[in-house]
Amino acid sequence: MAKKNTTTDSTPSISTRLKERDARTSKKILDLAEEMVKRILGGDDPIIQIPTRAKSNTLWNKKRGILEMGSATAARPLFDLKTAKQFMQTMLHSNTISELIAAGKTSSLRGVFYKAKHTVAGTRENTFDGQDESDPILEDLEVALGALREELHVFAENRGSMVGNITIVDRGDEINCRKMGSGGYALPSIVEPDIIQFKKCEAKFILHVEKGTVWNRFNEDRFWEKHNCILTHGAGQPPRGCRRLLQRMTEELKLPLICVLDCDPWGHYIYSVIKQGSISLAFESSRLAIPQAKFLGIRAKDFRECSLDDAVKIDLTENDIKRAGEIAAYPWFEHHKGWQREIGGLLKNGFKMEVESLITKDISYVTDTYVPERLKARDWID
Amino acid sequence: MSSAAKEVKRRGSNAEEMGARQRDISVSEFFAKNRHLLGFDNPRKALLTTVKEAVDNSLDACEEGGILPEIAVVIEDLQPDRAATVKSSRYRVTIVDNGPGIVRKQVENIFGRLLYGSKFHRLKMSRGQQGIGISAAGMYGLITTGRPMTIVTRPKATAKAHRIELAMNTKTNRAEVITDDETNDFPPERLRAVTLGARALASEKGFLDAIEFPTGTSVSIELEGRYQRGRGSVDEFLELTAIANPHAKFVFVPPSRESATEEDDVPLVTQGAASAASSAKRTSETHGVLIYPRGVEELPRETQEIQPHPKGIELGILLQMIKDYEATEKGSLYSFLQERFCRVSPTTAAAMCKKIGVTTRTRAADIEPSVAEKLFKEFEVTKLAPPPTDCLAPIGVRQMLAGMLKGVRAEFYAASSREAAVYRGRPFQIEAAIAFGGDLPCEESARVIRFANRVPLLFQQSACSSFKAIAETAWKNYGLQQPRGNVPTGPLVVMIHMASVWVPFTSESKEAIADYDEIRKEMKLALMECGRKLGTYLRKRMKMKRENDRRDVFERYIGEIAKALHQITGHSPKPIYDSLLIQARTKTAIADVELDEDGKVRKAIAPDPDDDDDGVIIIEGAIPNLPTQPVRTSAPMEFEEVASTKKPAAPRKKSAPDAVNTKSAPKPKTDAPRTSAKPQKRSVADTPSLF
Repeated sequence: MAKKNTTTDSTPSISTRLKERDARTSKKILDLAEEMVKRILGGDDPIIQIPTRAKSNTLWNKKRGILEMGSATAARPLFDLKTAKQFMQTMLHSNTISELIAAGKTSSLRGVFYKAKHTVAGTRENTFDGQDESDPILEDLEVALGALREELHVFAENRGSMVGNITIVDRGDEINCRKMGSGGYALPSIVEPDIIQFKKCEAKFILHVEKGTVWNRFNEDRFWEKHNCILTHGAGQPPRGCRRLLQRMTEELKLPLICVLDCDPWGHYIYSVIKQGSISLAFESSRLAIPQAKFLGIRAKDFRECSLDDAVKIDLTENDIKRAGEIAAYPWFEHHKGWQREIGGLLKNGFKMEVESLITKDISYVTDTYVPERLKARDWID
Repeated sequence: MSSAAKEVKRRGSNAEEMGARQRDISVSEFFAKNRHLLGFDNPRKALLTTVKEAVDNSLDACEEGGILPEIAVVIEDLQPDRAATVKSSRYRVTIVDNGPGIVRKQVENIFGRLLYGSKFHRLKMSRGQQGIGISAAGMYGLITTGRPMTIVTRPKATAKAHRIELAMNTKTNRAEVITDDETNDFPPERLRAVTLGARALASEKGFLDAIEFPTGTSVSIELEGRYQRGRGSVDEFLELTAIANPHAKFVFVPPSRESATEEDDVPLVTQGAASAASSAKRTSETHGVLIYPRGVEELPRETQEIQPHPKGIELGILLQMIKDYEATEKGSLYSFLQERFCRVSPTTAAAMCKKIGVTTRTRAADIEPSVAEKLFKEFEVTKLAPPPTDCLAPIGVRQMLAGMLKGVRAEFYAASSREAAVYRGRPFQIEAAIAFGGDLPCEESARVIRFANRVPLLFQQSACSSFKAIAETAWKNYGLQQPRGNVPTGPLVVMIHMASVWVPFTSESKEAIADYDEIRKEMKLALMECGRKLGTYLRKRMKMKRENDRRDVFERYIGEIAKALHQITGHSPKPIYDSLLIQARTKTAIADVELDEDGKVRKAIAPDPDDDDDGVIIIEGAIPNLPTQPVRTSAPMEFEEVASTKKPAAPRKKSAPDAVNTKSAPKPKTDAPRTSAKPQKRSVADTPSLF
């Protein structure tokens, strides 16, 4: 149980930072709106320029080792039948966000959707017909304003948990992650510095696993205690909150990040996203990508090396093979010997392996033997 | 008894015995036994034919007398309490007209003799070509009910009217007068109270007022008939007759009880409001009484009688004509040719005589049948000018439009009247009109209404040349759907009228026009002209709709955007809104100017060469799904003040049906500014005060 202990020295700076950041975001929205008004009153077409979030506008910055967004933008004019509705929707969401910021409150994606949803006056048409119309508009605003969704006071659902040798302050509450029991600390959606601050950290590294069940194994065996680390999971493809937090910890606390994921294309992809960033959030790679993340396992060679049972094998599907090929072709893996070997090994094996299958060796084989040995041998891929 | 003892009667009769039994059959007798030839096959048709003959007579009489016809048709059910299963009943059919009346001397001849009349011998466009006459109806009535016809007629406004009851003696082909009175009761007062509807009409607007009928005739026949609405009914006949004769006014008092039937009764006339204002120029119904008002105030042109044209003659007729001429004139063949035919000049006559080997002096009496045959063949090959066409009185474009407008509720009307043409030496003229959209049903085949010499053809539709012409026209070119080999589908009424001195029919029942290449060609040309006008209209309509859609999309969002910007920035929403509105209007106007209907860029909207102003009526506001202004609810926006004025519709010319001014299709909405200064001001003023 976290002690409720609001540290007085951080609060003013937090609220100041909060105010600063909100002010910045508000100003961005205001600027956008003012520009529209100026154009309209001047008789010019109101057009919003939205940076393109497609593969064509995504570049891999080799030097920095992250995916970045190019400079291409798409014009979204009002007076074009194809974009008229989206223009209106963008304006509506801008208004909602500006209200949220002014009120100092946050809302979920669905909440924002509801707030803007109504029937257009004098017609039978709705401003939004479904949330799938609403979410992309928010993403557009993120890129157009250059502000993270969290800065727009919009949050997503919490996913992922953390335990370990670290104490954090979460919106004024002190959370001791050593004493989070079997449940762990639920990673929130918004983990910006004004919400989450790192108070005390003794851990030497972060171990990130794919699934909650695997995480349970490690937590039950108190791996984090034995090896002095922070243990996190992202519930599959980790959400932004989880990635952001990991990024902050690696960046601010200088902690190495070790990933233990399944030996399959999906696991490889998760690693890839953690490391380089994703296309859809390329504009945020600088804040989400962790180029120095390391991939510990499960590795294709482990079947032999660990003398695993045949039971661990799951055949690769057609889709898996295709996917593996795509991943191998990613620019950051293309010339990476280690990864080419790894994916090649997977394909040669013809089967995939999950972390949980290590239970065939022993219930706690993964926590007692597998991971510690690899850590000691520094046997990972970069 | 024993069969052997009796002399066995020889079977069969001998020629003498047979001869003794034969005798003259009077015409009336013949027709009495062959009623189907006259249109009295079944009770329903009998009722219809009776009405038809009487109405045709009335119209002809009024037109000859130079009077704008007003005709009342009253059908009374004389057995209203019959059982529901009894299909037919006894009806009294009365037709009253305001024509010139009939002199007492002629009453028996006109009403009591078959095959007596002035029209049969003349080559003149007339309705009467199609009927055997009112006498047959009277005869039918007599046969089925035993009751005589009653005629009341007043040929002189200042004198009393004659009232005659007449029954035909079929053997002598002569009428017998049963009563013969003089009376002042014209129009018969009784009719004004014959039903609740008639009574109401008489008191509200007037019905059969003596003032309106200074002269006229009323015919009353009791007969076994069946009153049933729908296709081929009295209702349809009157509806169509009203369309083809817009100079006439009809009032129809139907019987109070219809025959029960399992078929759908298709209501042919949409019920209008009973108020005087709306019934002005549209067919309407008041308390069950149907009123077909007058659509134009002029009588049709008087037609001239013409001589037959050599190309339209048959050999037998030619021989008969020569014989007649020989008997009356005793002149030469040369003179015969010039006097008895049209378009035969002295030169032509001389040339013909020469060709067949006679001189100009040869007497008609001396012509042998073989020579006459040569003459007949000569007719076929000689080049002759076509016959004169002033024998025809087409309905006319304006009148057709008035007629259609009256009886059909649509949004678009077009009509076309071809020049006169010739088939087999007989002049004819084709006219066509169409009505589209409005209240017409969308999913059904087009309704085809056919006329010959202004008389509706109600039966044998698929055998009729006009129906075939419609099916053969490519309506797809004009924007309509059309199944193969059939009439188009859609909210369409197609009217075809053939005017001729001699309309060719497929059978003696005279319900379908026979096929002739010349006739079919003219029909299709007339239809294509109407079709082109429809096509132009539909394209314009689609364009307007697209324009409106586009405008709608932008204008819908502008309010939202103005509001959102106001809330973020604090700027007043009204100037933002206004400015956006102007831009929206400009955008859509520019889009229209630059693109044609295929989306290709072009310089300016060139006026459609086919877009002539004639022959088209478009009803404003009848166009469905096409708001002339964006839809607004009462409280559109929560701005400071809320007002709910609709945007004023762009000014368009509304066609006034009574004047029947044919207007062109409206130009695209012009409130979008095409030039800069002036229109801009106007648009802002047009904006509703939402703020």
